[in-house]
Amino acid sequence: MASLDDLKKRIASVKSTQKITKAMKMVAAAKLRRAQESAEKGRPYSEKMNNVILNLSNGISDKENAPKLLSGTGQEKTHLCVVMTSDRGLCGGFNSNIIKKAKNYFAKILDEGKELKIITVGSKGNDQLKRVYGDKIIENISFKDSKNANYFDADKVGKMVIEKFEAAEFDVCTIFYNQFKNVITQIPQAQQIIPLNNEGEGSSSEESYEFEPDEDEILSNLLPKNISTQIFKAMLENSASEQGSRMSAMDNATRNAGEMVDKLTIEYNRSRQAAITKELIEIISGAESL
Amino acid sequence: MSEEFKVEIVNPEKSFLVKDDVSEVVVPAFEGEMGILKDHISIISFLKPGIIKILSKSGDENYYVEDGIVEFKNNNLSILTSTIFNLADMDKSKQQDLLKQAEEESNKTDINDQSKYLVDQKVEVLKTLN
Repeated sequence: MASLDDLKKRIASVKSTQKITKAMKMVAAAKLRRAQESAEKGRPYSEKMNNVILNLSNGISDKENAPKLLSGTGQEKTHLCVVMTSDRGLCGGFNSNIIKKAKNYFAKILDEGKELKIITVGSKGNDQLKRVYGDKIIENISFKDSKNANYFDADKVGKMVIEKFEAAEFDVCTIFYNQFKNVITQIPQAQQIIPLNNEGEGSSSEESYEFEPDEDEILSNLLPKNISTQIFKAMLENSASEQGSRMSAMDNATRNAGEMVDKLTIEYNRSRQAAITKELIEIISGAESL
Repeated sequence: MSEEFKVEIVNPEKSFLVKDDVSEVVVPAFEGEMGILKDHISIISFLKPGIIKILSKSGDENYYVEDGIVEFKNNNLSILTSTIFNLADMDKSKQQDLLKQAEEESNKTDINDQSKYLVDQKVEVLKTLN
């Protein structure tokens, strides 16, 4: 059994860990509220954008000559995956869930004999992926300096993706991120952004629109923006998920630390009592022998 | 009903402005300025750098935009834009900054014709503001 002094030290150390996790939980809760708010505020933009594109692509007359960003290059040889993770750890399964989802997808692609390219956004994803897929990672972007997700950063990623698409470096692009459902549930998502697959979402497709200039030109202007918008949406969802995940992870950690303190305290009290009893026995038996 | 309709300006971060007593909106569409009144036909168009003028009972407002998409349907005007400033909040130094940026960009040689055109537009608009 550990000595009294050791136990005392351990209790103190667990308590200070608990203080840290508790503080982190509070911070995450405060940040979560902000992140959630901006995720909700950002939704109208991406929804409207989706709607407009849906209407446009329905209105397009010449499907053959539709912009490549919409219809694809006609083949599916090279896949680009944008894996979006956080820059900071201690957020439970947040990053591992995205990585797991991404790895499954990678394995599928490689099994089919297709080529794979990876862009990682956020340093944690890069850390986890570079061991296995190091040679596939072509870019690693991290926004450690910007405090909140902002459109400017998303636009940078979007422009890079489009540049690579125009240079025919890949055919299909998928982004991986966590969708924020609530504090305890975040769903890892794989969303294909190039070519765009509009499935059933949106409404009001019967309405006919006047286009100025013509559909093709609007579409070719709009689609690159949509890429950035989708990436921005993913970033917003991700930052809300990250804080949510961290909050519940830290909540658990705080609770576990509390349990540990209780257990250690009982052990400490017991051994103290044992020591006292031992001393008493020694005194009594000493007195008896006289 | 009066001759009013609803306008909504959305940027990626939030819903920037919602007004439902608007009588006319002038947007800098790609092929020229376009005035939109109530019961305009459904239209989708995109914007070049310029000034959005919103005329309403509660006062006129002017916004500077760099890009965006407009959609008008059922007397709902949606403007999606990534860069928008209220002219009333924009001071001279901000304008100068934007102008300087735009001029630098337009002096680059490696941009294509369309973006060159857009940047030139931006320079022109910003110059007229000063």
